[in-house]
Amino acid sequence: MTKIILALIAGTIFGLGLAVSQMVNPNKVLAFLDIAGDWDPSLALVMAGALAVAATGFRWARRHEKPVLGSRFHITLKTALDRPLLAGAALFGVGWGMTGFCPGPAFASMALGNREAIVMVACIYAGFWAAGLLNGKN
Amino acid sequence: MQNFTPVSALLGGALIGLSAFILLWFNGRIAGISSIMNGLFAASGPNRYWRLAFLLGLMLGAAIWQQFAPAIPTLRPHYPLPLIIVGGFLVGFGTRLGSGCTSGHGICGIALLSPRSIAATLTFMASGIATVYLLRHVLQVSV
Repeated sequence: MTKIILALIAGTIFGLGLAVSQMVNPNKVLAFLDIAGDWDPSLALVMAGALAVAATGFRWARRHEKPVLGSRFHITLKTALDRPLLAGAALFGVGWGMTGFCPGPAFASMALGNREAIVMVACIYAGFWAAGLLNGKN
Repeated sequence: MQNFTPVSALLGGALIGLSAFILLWFNGRIAGISSIMNGLFAASGPNRYWRLAFLLGLMLGAAIWQQFAPAIPTLRPHYPLPLIIVGGFLVGFGTRLGSGCTSGHGICGIALLSPRSIAATLTFMASGIATVYLLRHVLQVSV
């Protein structure tokens, strides 16, 4: 139960962060990707702010043997730069550039009366399902 | 760069980093939204409930801020729906095939100095920039 409450708190802070940084505005995201237009570098600073806090916090957390409420840290140990990783990332970037939505802002925006986000999330799930078929994991 | 908002970007980013820290420190989990979304239906039992709680929080946090903040323009009534449908599918397909998105690779993975996440982030940034360039400046779709 405590884990679920902690997840709710973490999710709420994440959603606040997406809204405070205006990443729930897909046009602002597209303006970051549009380096030949009226470029808006804000997204780079969102990542910088997030990385500064997360990198510091993660380093401290991992000095402990296990998380406060769990038996282990669920962190992948893979290091290979294989084809699924790079092809997947490339296709994700195309979809991101077509829409201005990555998964977090798309999901959060469903609460902002944004019908576009509901369509987006439904199509993201269709994509999950198709990728699972490809991997034989559905 | 007239729309550059450095202060709110850094502040919002710090909140996202704090969220990732809390989820890892307490629950031992990575705050990667695409895998949390996928796991919502792929996992079962307790592994489903924490994901559901996180995703409900995601919506709650955004909704809370909208009550206090000067309205952020989030709606695009005339945005071409086919772009959303095809683009949404590619976001889902690509993030599952590539094991992560902006948060899982771009923030958590890079914070852990994972070479896979650094490569993935450079790749989706490059293809995102190329896609917007193609749409706006070559095909001149007004988006």
